[in-house]
Amino acid sequence: MEKFEKFTGIVAGIDRPNIDTDAIIPKQYLKSIKRSGFGVNLFDAWRYLDPGEPGQDHSRRRINPDFVLNKDPFKDAQILLARENFACGSSREHAVWALLDFGIKAVIAPSFADIFYNNSFKNGLLPIALGSELVDQLFSELESNEDCQLSIDLENQVVRNASGTEMAFEIEEFRKYCLLNGLDDIGLTMQHAETIKAFEQQYYEKLPWLR
Amino acid sequence: MAAKTLYDKIWELHEVRRDDDGTALLYIDRHLVHEVTSPQAFEGLEIAQRSLWRKRSILAVPDHNVPTTGLELGITDPVARLQVDTLNQNCDKYGLTEFKMGDVRQGIVHVIGPEQGATLPGMTVVCGDSHTSTHGAFAALAFGIGTSEVEHVMATQCLIQKKSKNMRVTVDGKVAEGITAKDIVLHIIGEIGTAGGTGCTIEFAGEAITNLSMEGRMTVCNMTIEAGARAGLIACDQTTLDYVRGRPFAPQGEAWEQAITCWADLHSDPDAVFDREVVIDAQDIAPQVTWGTSPEMVCAVHQRVPDPAQEPDPIKAGGMQNALDYMGLKANTPLDQVFVDKIFIGSCTNSRIEDLRAAASVVKGRKVADSVKLAMVVPGSGLIKQQAEDEGLDRIFIEAGFEWREPGCSMCLGMNADQLGSGERCASTSNRNFEGRQGQGGRTHLVSPAMAAAAAVKGHFTDVREL
Ligand code: SF4
Repeated sequence: MEKFEKFTGIVAGIDRPNIDTDAIIPKQYLKSIKRSGFGVNLFDAWRYLDPGEPGQDHSRRRINPDFVLNKDPFKDAQILLARENFACGSSREHAVWALLDFGIKAVIAPSFADIFYNNSFKNGLLPIALGSELVDQLFSELESNEDCQLSIDLENQVVRNASGTEMAFEIEEFRKYCLLNGLDDIGLTMQHAETIKAFEQQYYEKLPWLR
Repeated sequence: MAAKTLYDKIWELHEVRRDDDGTALLYIDRHLVHEVTSPQAFEGLEIAQRSLWRKRSILAVPDHNVPTTGLELGITDPVARLQVDTLNQNCDKYGLTEFKMGDVRQGIVHVIGPEQGATLPGMTVVCGDSHTSTHGAFAALAFGIGTSEVEHVMATQCLIQKKSKNMRVTVDGKVAEGITAKDIVLHIIGEIGTAGGTGCTIEFAGEAITNLSMEGRMTVCNMTIEAGARAGLIACDQTTLDYVRGRPFAPQGEAWEQAITCWADLHSDPDAVFDREVVIDAQDIAPQVTWGTSPEMVCAVHQRVPDPAQEPDPIKAGGMQNALDYMGLKANTPLDQVFVDKIFIGSCTNSRIEDLRAAASVVKGRKVADSVKLAMVVPGSGLIKQQAEDEGLDRIFIEAGFEWREPGCSMCLGMNADQLGSGERCASTSNRNFEGRQGQGGRTHLVSPAMAAAAAVKGHFTDVREL
């Protein structure tokens, strides 16, 4: 996993609550056995006017000109702004892979579905939960300022807008540490292999039918 | 000793270690695996040259992509076939237990786990699938994980977790005649919302819950994730033990006696404190039908489609209007005047034998309405299909005009050929009515099996109790 560095990027807003994982990456694309290549199908049903199939040439599809990620400058967005309960629904990590593959590095919303929130960190995507009022404010800034950019500073846990206003966000220490250092969870857990073995020993003595 | 919730007890039993900030390693007993969320995990292990920690914890099955007709042809979609083949190869390579296509035990992962006794009380159960919450019906801590976590469990038998909050939903009293587990859980989601349980493990309690069969309990826990909670739990009692006893993976003989002594503690202590409590009166629950594109957009069948103009919160009103536009519904339309094109009885929510019996008893001696284009029943597993056939349920469905299919996820998410066309409206016993869930442009109304069967017969939604 790459280290999560401080960056400034374009924000695209999708003003909807409960954006679900089927919307983020529809099921037909889950048939892939790879982790990459999902970016062209991010928000597929909203981005294109014709139904899509895996393996098809996406440059020939009918683009929905009204969808934010099809417009300039949002085609290059690195930050997504949405409403509460973002990415509810399935456990598909493909949702995270699709956002990253498109170029999104951080998602800002008042709240996230638990599984998606978890999956994000495993892949270096930063979900930022900000209060509803702050999200409201960001949406109105987006409206009045077409090429809205934000700076994301994970180290100091702040989002900064163009005029320098800072908005602080919370994040668990452990998750922050892993993101900043690009650490792989499995490697970290393997350091506790002996502890796990010792646990197993007493565990199966206690619950022998599970052995 | 401080009083503990059921969740506290299972958690403690499985906590391997914990850091000061509460980040813990949680030991995993059972790992269920299917074809969609596992290939990248196996690949990751290979690249990092890591081995599997405890192969016997894994039970694998293809379900999402499998066709429900013409099995002799195999999977004709090459992309789907590659995914199922990849699962087969990975399981063969590592020597994992897998119920392959063609095995009578094959079926939806959340149906076969309990059916085989692979889900046991007090266990931690995970699967790369959000409806893993289903297994909580057995007083097992069960939740969905992403592919990176699938890989993590394969390599270490543990997950990095922080404990969630304790929430209890108590459904007091008895439900009225004809009200099913599906109505109960849809009603709960309507009350607390799709984010109502975010960050929590929900324990379901109360007379209406304990009165449910294991099938019904699984339906309730299955949809916990639709209320935003990763895991749902129901205490272990005699109903649980009666279901588990004698199943292939369940302990036998002396081991069984040992196990049930231990399982007797799998309930919340009487004075345990929950972070959040919701109490629902079972008498308030009527047959439910969703009208929108989120499971919380649900009403009783005798109500009308809600009007966004009556919603004071502008964001919510906007969401409602989007949903109505997508669903092709007008505000204030009585729900029992909404006509459907397709009927889907199946999915990990409602494809067990009790569900099929409930639907068959409504359909018996009746015909699917002419206006319905397709009505299908997809049993949750090969064994359920067999049992239903032994009971003659297949004949009842076929004579009424239903199609009787092979087991799998099928039109619950339409990864195989079973899909809704654009604009088609479906009465579905599945768990998600998201936009495009059952096919692009498809319109899903979530209902119980009996309500789906009633809609099939009438051609529109109707209160099954008045049929
Ligand atoms: S039946 Fe539907 S919800 Fe259940 S596992 Fe299959 S696709 Fe997921």
